[in-house]
Amino acid sequence: MQGKAHLYPRDHINTDEIIPARYLIVHAEAELARHAMEDIDADFVNQVAKGDFIVAGGDFGCGSSREHAVWALRGAGIRAVLADSFARIFFRNAVNNGFYAIEIDGISDKVTNGDQLQLDPEKGVVQNITKGEEYRFSPFTDYFRDVITAGGLMKYLAAR
Amino acid sequence: MGMTITEKLLTAHSHAGPVAPGDLIQARIDLIMCHEVTTPPAIRMLKDHGMDKIFDPGKVVVMPDHFVPNKDIKSAELAKDLRQWVQDNGIEHYYELGRHGICHSLLPEQGHVVPGQTVIGSDSHTCTHGAFGTFAAGIGSTDLAAALYTGELWFKAPETIRVNLEGSLPAGVYSKDIVLELIRQIGVDGARYQALEYHGEALKELSMEARMTITNMAIEAGAKCAVMAADEVTLDYLEGRAKTTEWTIYTADDDARYARELTIDVSQLEPIVALPSLPSNGRTVASLAADEKEPVDQVYIGSCTNARIEDLRVAAQIMKGQKVKPGVRVIVVPSTSTAWKLAHDEGLFDIFYEAGCVISTPTCGACLGGHMGVLAEDEVCVSTTNRNFVGRMGHPGSRVYLVSPATAAATAIKGVLTDPRQYL
Ligand code: SF4
Repeated sequence: MQGKAHLYPRDHINTDEIIPARYLIVHAEAELARHAMEDIDADFVNQVAKGDFIVAGGDFGCGSSREHAVWALRGAGIRAVLADSFARIFFRNAVNNGFYAIEIDGISDKVTNGDQLQLDPEKGVVQNITKGEEYRFSPFTDYFRDVITAGGLMKYLAAR
Repeated sequence: MGMTITEKLLTAHSHAGPVAPGDLIQARIDLIMCHEVTTPPAIRMLKDHGMDKIFDPGKVVVMPDHFVPNKDIKSAELAKDLRQWVQDNGIEHYYELGRHGICHSLLPEQGHVVPGQTVIGSDSHTCTHGAFGTFAAGIGSTDLAAALYTGELWFKAPETIRVNLEGSLPAGVYSKDIVLELIRQIGVDGARYQALEYHGEALKELSMEARMTITNMAIEAGAKCAVMAADEVTLDYLEGRAKTTEWTIYTADDDARYARELTIDVSQLEPIVALPSLPSNGRTVASLAADEKEPVDQVYIGSCTNARIEDLRVAAQIMKGQKVKPGVRVIVVPSTSTAWKLAHDEGLFDIFYEAGCVISTPTCGACLGGHMGVLAEDEVCVSTTNRNFVGRMGHPGSRVYLVSPATAAATAIKGVLTDPRQYL
């Protein structure tokens, strides 16, 4: 998995910023995607190419339980969020959707906006191709890995 | 080894043995709350996967609350989907407009929440229900779908932070001030992935309504859940309203292990305001210099945090015989239909009307910038809600200050942030 980093180094980027409540009247991913990150960065959706990454500070996704935050980011083309840490409901929602939320303490200081990154979730490694650096994280536990590779909790349950 | 209340609750609801922090478990769910924003996606997921049977419709409580009365065509469609699903599945506990309310106020008020339960809702403030000695956590739509179908959900057992509330609250200071002080101290991620367990003399003196204001805002400290052991106050509240008499009261063991322990002497507290744009930006109202108090455009007395009948009484007591400062809009939104009716019968609406407030039917509405009080650019709102993030109540350039209902009422009269104690 390779893509460009979109860096938002701030802590506490909350779900109201990822997808404002005024758009919660729909849940179609494509429609939510048009407004992803709108209140932080109005140009975000124009900058993202399919397979890109968000790199962020701590407590990413705090606030409301809206899964719309994950759908909006995924719909906009984001493959994974790499953050110093995650708020718990966002992390749950990511796993449940088969979407990667990867916690790497300090990553928001190491990556520069626009860096090319490569993610290997099995090995627990992010390569920064632009900088020639490598960041490690603990791979997911069996249950999380199974849910994510099944494509999310519903697919995981359906297969059992 | 001793256990915290949350560890006992999760142990009682899992197939595994004693649960310790960090364990990944499947927990049986006793009560599931569903509203019109996050439930329709779950309904769609269940349909898409051919899982069209709910494990136990009797354990599901449903109400439209966020954008009601429907604010536009799309929100009307969401509410319609919800209603159709309720009918298709024979869900008995459904609260239609007229008997509706904001989910976290309505569930306890209608007696659905009793000690010892596991409660989930696809809404982050589901932590509110921990005030009844439950394990109560907010989850997303996929979790909701999975729990509706299987009756279970995965959880990583959290560590617990013990919070001791000592002393006695001074006049003019309320449970909202306690929780704003706690979040000021530990920060918006100070309890991330953890449980907050409350103890102390001050807690015993608080009503269930006041306690729920504290557990409501656990998520504003990043917590998974908040819990208070059920006591006489809890049992009094449940009397005549609990939907079941089967409950279990769990208390913490003396040798329970805590990740951290902190004590707040509430007798030292003053009215607090969380400045824009984080709930952790707490300052005492009295400490604000004149040039730090910007003119207020809107005062909002509403939400699942502080719009129960007690909150409305406090606000009305301060506004009685007073007038809202010209130029300020004051919006009062009782959190449930029952609170609305009580406020009406007690003459509180007359007080609010005479002062110059507008009163609405229960809705989440302006709390999340949905409708019925959305802010324009550069507008300032002093609010009894729980979040003041950028853009939370409207335009990203608007600013929200979080306060108690008393401080909100005093502010409405003066037009700038005002310590309510001068009106007592
Ligand atoms: S009142 Fe506000 S915080 Fe409470 S459930 Fe409604 S939107 Fe959420």
